[in-house]
Amino acid sequence: MRWESWAEFWAMGGYGFYVWGSMVVTALLMALEVWQARMARREALRQVQAQRALDALAQDKETDPS
Amino acid sequence: MTASLSWFHYAAPQTFYGLAGRLWPWVAALATLLGAVGLWIGFAVAPTDFQQGEGYRIIFVHVPASWMSMIIYLAMAFWSVLLLVFNTRLSGMMTRALAPTGAIFAFLSLWTGALWGKPMWGAWWVWDARLTSELILFFLYLGYIALTSAIDDTRRADRAGALIAIVGAINVPIIYFSVKWWNTLHQGASVSLTRAPSMAQIMLWGMLLMALAFWLYAIALVLYRVRTLILQREAHTAWVQALPEVAA
Repeated sequence: MRWESWAEFWAMGGYGFYVWGSMVVTALLMALEVWQARMARREALRQVQAQRALDALAQDKETDPS
Repeated sequence: MTASLSWFHYAAPQTFYGLAGRLWPWVAALATLLGAVGLWIGFAVAPTDFQQGEGYRIIFVHVPASWMSMIIYLAMAFWSVLLLVFNTRLSGMMTRALAPTGAIFAFLSLWTGALWGKPMWGAWWVWDARLTSELILFFLYLGYIALTSAIDDTRRADRAGALIAIVGAINVPIIYFSVKWWNTLHQGASVSLTRAPSMAQIMLWGMLLMALAFWLYAIALVLYRVRTLILQREAHTAWVQALPEVAA
């Protein structure tokens, strides 16, 4: 390990703002992208369920026109 | 013959949905593992740079993000050619699934570049060839996303997007060679196939590991996202409606 203390680690020899500004935004955007992808899949699954219910309804009407 | 048949077999949405579903968790796990090792090397093992002090450590995200922004665009162009030539259904979906990740990497390339440029050059931004062509790449991604989401007809949207992806691909070699072709503030390539890398071995390893991790991250996300696109586009089919995750 090449750092004497955590404080030194966070300071990054005076470049802390630039180094951590890069790392944090990268991590944040990646987390956001993963979260967005999960939400999109959930929404797509909901739409398939709705479509299936709709198709089932249409089929019922075909077989039983009452 | 059998090889080409099996390729088209895997390109069928139904087969690819299952394949992608089995693959992505492993790819994601490997990406996490390599990313952790890469960060460890980058922040705990790699020494201070003799010129840039600790500031150079931005390289561990800047270079991988920049590479991926170019590679993903080329991948989009590749799938677009397949779409226009073979008209396979998967091609359009792959191109669409790649775009958001590419856009994010292009943005990160510019963002980390600005944060690196400020302390080293004294400027967040300069209108030089490398930076400007990367900015154009970012706009190409946004243009692709905006265009494809503005057209309701999926097939038309895919084909229009494919044109942007193919025509825009000319920008990628321009970005890559810009540091050679023009005088620029941006330093030359950190890694080249024809000569020894211009950086210490351990720094190089950290950077390559991070690049591999970003690459796998992109693959995992694209596989995941293409499954969502398949669900959307095949929602009316019996096989999608019979999926266990739909029944639940």
